[in-house]
Amino acid sequence: MLGMFYKILKTGIVTEKPADDSEIGQLAPELKRMVDRQFRGSLAIRMVDAGSCNGCELEIHALNNPYYGIEQYGVHFVASPRHADALLVTGPVSRHMESALIDTYQAMPKPSYVIASGDCACDGGEFGVSYASCGAIENVLPVDLKIPGCPPSPAQLMRGLLLLMGQRNPTTLR
Amino acid sequence: MSDTWLSDVKGRFAEARIQLIDEDEQRLAPAHLLRVAPAAWTSAVALCKGLSMRWAAFWAVEQATGFDAFTCLEQEGHYLLLVTSLEEPELDSIAHIYPAADRPQRHTHDLLGIGFRGQLDNRRWTRHQAWNEDDYPLRRDWQAPKSPSPTPPDDSYPFLRASGNAVYEVAVGPVHAGIIEPGHFRFQAVGEKIINLEKHLGYVHKGIEKLAQGRTPDQLTRLAARVSGDSTVAHGWAACMGIERALGVEIPPRAALLRAILAERERIANHLGDIGAICNDVGFSFPLYQLGRLRELLLRENDRLFGHRLLMDRVVPGGVAVDLDQAGQQEMLACCRELESEVAHLIEIMERSESLEDRLMTTGRLTPEWAAELGCLGYVGRASGLDFDVRRDAPYAPYQQVKVRVPGYRAGDVAARAKIRAEEITASLELIRQFIQRLEPGELRSPLPEGRGGQGIGIVDGWRGEIISYLALDETGRVSRFFPRDPSWLNWPALEQLIQDNIVPDFPVCNKSVNGSYSGQDL
Ligand code: SF4
Repeated sequence: MLGMFYKILKTGIVTEKPADDSEIGQLAPELKRMVDRQFRGSLAIRMVDAGSCNGCELEIHALNNPYYGIEQYGVHFVASPRHADALLVTGPVSRHMESALIDTYQAMPKPSYVIASGDCACDGGEFGVSYASCGAIENVLPVDLKIPGCPPSPAQLMRGLLLLMGQRNPTTLR
Repeated sequence: MSDTWLSDVKGRFAEARIQLIDEDEQRLAPAHLLRVAPAAWTSAVALCKGLSMRWAAFWAVEQATGFDAFTCLEQEGHYLLLVTSLEEPELDSIAHIYPAADRPQRHTHDLLGIGFRGQLDNRRWTRHQAWNEDDYPLRRDWQAPKSPSPTPPDDSYPFLRASGNAVYEVAVGPVHAGIIEPGHFRFQAVGEKIINLEKHLGYVHKGIEKLAQGRTPDQLTRLAARVSGDSTVAHGWAACMGIERALGVEIPPRAALLRAILAERERIANHLGDIGAICNDVGFSFPLYQLGRLRELLLRENDRLFGHRLLMDRVVPGGVAVDLDQAGQQEMLACCRELESEVAHLIEIMERSESLEDRLMTTGRLTPEWAAELGCLGYVGRASGLDFDVRRDAPYAPYQQVKVRVPGYRAGDVAARAKIRAEEITASLELIRQFIQRLEPGELRSPLPEGRGGQGIGIVDGWRGEIISYLALDETGRVSRFFPRDPSWLNWPALEQLIQDNIVPDFPVCNKSVNGSYSGQDL
């Protein structure tokens, strides 16, 4: 037990102030302000893998590691679409996930965002449209933001979220 | 190389009057290929089982007329490929001999339309509703419909049912409650106790085998690197190895060492993430954050040294697309030292935690007998008495140059699977150090001959265990068949086995300790 506390103390806080990436540095306070104003301090995201290779998930997971600590901006991932303000989708939409993805979207309270994360989600990526894949998310759902990358790094994901929050007014969304 | 295993096999075949139609040790080396008549298929496979060979893979290839069916078996690092030619798309099932062949056969049926006589389980596996009963997407003459209608949910899959007064059923997925891949689990439980779990996968089927057709080796490698994103180096390597063997290309020694460094880093990164997640699944979040921190540092170093956090597309046909200069080597060595001492310290803290021990020991136990029956791979096998490791037992460059330490246990519980991973981190760090020491200046990539065909097989040890990639190139040098067998094909059935009699709330930790790839098995 003591060993654990000692390790925690010695590690200290590694969470980075966004200043080491100047773009995030400028947008972060804005994101926090937007989340505070429009979502009462908490933006809830439901993540759905609609056919990814799992590379994208690994980097989304990293948003919760101590370096990025995405929760410091009031952004957190939730288990139920009914609790979610935004849907973060990865992968091309495999045909076998098409209806599950649509159901998840429909279970969300509106207005809601749809974010396509990764090259596959943005334009079909390496898999494209085939007998087994519908390709880009926008072929299935209306998409509000695309974050390209294979996979997008946590910094790119944060930038994407910040952009979304900074540019759009969710109350005007569908 | 000892050839007694082969003469054993052939001796038994002769005794049973199984005629060898063809034999070739070169075409798909290091595997030895024996061709038998379809009528002798099951008896040949049964003889291999009698010789305690491990069943590893099944796939089929459409030929100008009919099909070739392949099954791959292994014993002490020797690989045997049994092949048979089918005029009609029909073959006897071998799933009653090797149960792990059940799903690969069903997959082959769904994509190629080969029927398996005597297969007990004839339910579709990879095919849900995206294509019709009599459509076989992998057949050469099959055309996808131009604008298909939306795909209905697969809500009528005939799950096995348990009934009785106190039995209830829990359905989970395909969309899970976290940031994970999609699949469906169906539990039957009594009280807290799980009496049966059945999985329904195939949700992330992206048609990789079809997409591979017609690609150049470079294009194929990009696709192979995305079979399972957490094994991008290993799958990329296996595919490249298949291409290189098909074309008779030797990769430069420096490229082999760099590939191995990348692969070991991939192994470490995944283990760091998973050990933390296993602890977190039983409510002990300290390791999740500490190991998550170390994983992030490793990924950042990947990015600095190799230009990609997950190392995608760094392995290319003929070699590698990256180099590691002197400064990079020094940096990596320093980081390895740091990582080693941090991991040792954290593991010590975890081992001292009695409550963690209480939750992980005896939980999700896979007995050595079941592991052997299913042919489990990687840490799942190694925690249950099967310590097969391609790097040590069927070594490929550069692993012949080093001694690979392979940890092994027999307890088969979550704790053993977690311990193996921790020990593999240390072993991989040792390997990286040795590989860096062996780096000599030299080429990074050998050229590939243009427009030459052939077949090749790549066998590497990914972080989940053995990966087998079969590749065939046509005369123009383009891919005509690609089948990557992810270790998950053999480890998923183990989850259904080891979860029995555990309590429903322990499912997440049991699942995480196996961590099968959905994408890698759905293809
Ligand atoms: S964008 Fe890249 S990492 Fe993400 S799912 Fe597609 S192939 Fe995988």
